[in-house]
Amino acid sequence: MARDREGGTREQGTGKRNDPTRVVLRGGRVVDPSQRLDATGDLVLSDGKVENFWRAGDTTYGDDYRVVDCDGLVVSPGFIDVHCHLREPGREDVETIATGARAAAVGGFTAVCAMPNTQPVTDNQAAVGFVLRQGQTANAARVHPIGAISLGQEGKALAEFGEMVGAGAVAVSDDGRPVASAHLMRTALEYARTFGIPVADHCEEPTLAAGGAMNEGIVSARLGLKGIPSEAEEIMVIRDILLARRTGGHVHLCHMSTKGSVELIRWGKERGIRVTAEACPHHLSLTEDVVNGYNTNAKMNPPLRTEEDVEAIRHAVRDGTIDLVATDHAPHHYDEKEREFADAPNGIVGLETALAVVIKWLVRPGIIDLATLVDRMSVSPARTFNLPGGSLRRGAVADVTVFDPDREWTVDPARFASKGRNSPYAGHTLQGIVMCTIVGGRIVHQTAG
Amino acid sequence: MTAPLGKDLLALEPLTPEQIRLILDTAEPFKEISERAIKKVPTLRGSTIVNLFFEASTRTRISFEFAEKRLSADTVNVGASGSSVTKGETLVDTARNLEAMRIDMVVIRHSASGAAQFLAERIESNVINAGDGTHEHPTQGLLDLLTLRDHFGTLEGRRVCICGDVLHSRVARSNIWGLKKLGAQVGVCGPRSLLPNAVSELGVEVFDRIEAAIEWAEALNVLRLQLERMQGGYIPSLREYNRVFGVTRERLERAPRDILILHPGPMNRGVEIDSDVADGPHSVILEQVTNGVAVRMAVLYLLAGGPPELAEAAKGGSDR
Repeated sequence: MARDREGGTREQGTGKRNDPTRVVLRGGRVVDPSQRLDATGDLVLSDGKVENFWRAGDTTYGDDYRVVDCDGLVVSPGFIDVHCHLREPGREDVETIATGARAAAVGGFTAVCAMPNTQPVTDNQAAVGFVLRQGQTANAARVHPIGAISLGQEGKALAEFGEMVGAGAVAVSDDGRPVASAHLMRTALEYARTFGIPVADHCEEPTLAAGGAMNEGIVSARLGLKGIPSEAEEIMVIRDILLARRTGGHVHLCHMSTKGSVELIRWGKERGIRVTAEACPHHLSLTEDVVNGYNTNAKMNPPLRTEEDVEAIRHAVRDGTIDLVATDHAPHHYDEKEREFADAPNGIVGLETALAVVIKWLVRPGIIDLATLVDRMSVSPARTFNLPGGSLRRGAVADVTVFDPDREWTVDPARFASKGRNSPYAGHTLQGIVMCTIVGGRIVHQTAG
Repeated sequence: MTAPLGKDLLALEPLTPEQIRLILDTAEPFKEISERAIKKVPTLRGSTIVNLFFEASTRTRISFEFAEKRLSADTVNVGASGSSVTKGETLVDTARNLEAMRIDMVVIRHSASGAAQFLAERIESNVINAGDGTHEHPTQGLLDLLTLRDHFGTLEGRRVCICGDVLHSRVARSNIWGLKKLGAQVGVCGPRSLLPNAVSELGVEVFDRIEAAIEWAEALNVLRLQLERMQGGYIPSLREYNRVFGVTRERLERAPRDILILHPGPMNRGVEIDSDVADGPHSVILEQVTNGVAVRMAVLYLLAGGPPELAEAAKGGSDR
């Protein structure tokens, strides 16, 4: 195996000059939990694949290789976001697949999964094909479409999973809306088994959550805002886990936000039920207190919860009860957020702050190490959604993220590549910045300095 | 000079006990103005005030308007119907347009919690919250405090119970904060489905039975039960509400002491409060209305930069 070779004087080169697909990431700390690798050396990419990893040495490369100095930087398999909203088709004023894929690349994501709650809904093979094609022309992160569970996301009739998978869908979800009917959820889990895809559910019991604008608790009582109790999420979490047990289907639980959900997922996993779960950076870092002052950039669904919940989710990310981190990137036009709290839309942008938030709130306090970060943001998403990437093994697809885990920066939403500016981290100083994002061996993003 | 209340009056929760006392003390001399034959002083002459009522209101709007007129301000009333709001104008655009007309103050009533703060953050004029959603109704809270203080002399250690739909009541929130800041003990009583789930974290006594609340309290502030709560599935019927939670003469007669009865209005007679209680000897409901004008005059005066000495002069030697 490449990684076993010791450093020394070597030469590589084929004589092809300025081939943009031949890249050497030199002298970085390569962290790849898919092969339990954490070593300094040169990662060589060619023809869209990982060619070799040379442990630290003084290998020289022919001038047909583009050499990127990664001294002091972390080189990891590219991050994969299994949950984002790219708004196209329908709300191109807010985000397009191209701007979203670029924002993803800036955030170190080499692939993102686009949720189907577009206008019209991505609930058929033609729509899935559209998302795929728009992603291919973006020249940024890969875009994997997620198809709808139900036609029009109306929660009534199943969408055509088979054709959507044939067209490139990697999962199904009615995200943005819960699957209110337990029967429909059961059927979806059974039917999705045929195609080997997860059913990603937005867990929200609609009658309990109706009209809610934030977490139900002391802050909602003080602000006079209608609350969403934790149980609105947890009731659906346990329903989905039980239906996964009944059907043998793979249920993936989106944006988990409560301590109770963590306990229920743990219960399900202990019994071998096929349940996976994600948590968002904001649910790992912020509490309901951020809503004080009616801050609409702290409004999302599920809402920000209590410190106890945040603590439970953080530790679930560490122990693997929560399988992966996903952004739930949800751009909105600035004036849609510039209104009365109850009327403002849910969601925040997340692609460009995800890494730094996870570093600041999980890695720095010592809750997880860098290898776990890479696992939860790359290896595990690839495995959970059965996607290419998530590994730097020889021959693997050359999707790579290079980041500086120490560099501080201050979040200025005006500088986002995303069209969205709705971030609760505006003005926050975060730690950790993506220096270089490589998709299929091509550099799609590079940070100066 | 920095204004003693800051730019706006949005809620009682952020105020200090001293600021609340200042408003109440300042209201004292303004009470007298409303008793004169010519009910007008030139204090706010030349000031323009917009009463922006996005939600229907009779009592609060008229009370503010009298307070403004008795201070000689120029006022304009804007209601939701017939304004640009019905044409889809956003609150931020409404705010900017008002600002462009160089007004001095805005009194806002809105169905969304936080609307007054939203406006206050976007315009330089003083903003007074006349009720925002289910958040706060600070001038109502202040007039309730003034009325209680008139009767009790001081609120320190007094036991006041707020009865009814605390969950959806902005009056309840303003009362809870105001009473606690002035040292009163606060109770709440109502069906659990109409109390916030986290009610005990608000630092109040919770009574499930109205009989227990009446035994405990020295004053009851009886909230209006909004009729739509029944359709919302929070309570089964108005009839049962009256049977279980109604403040009735029979219940009050069993109390160990006389209990002051307050109600922010408008009343549903025979639902949350019986007529013979509302019209009875211990009802101070109309005093609340009278005090409302004085308290609002005090708030307008202080926000406009009027010196707090007025309150000092009015205090005299009484134990306030």
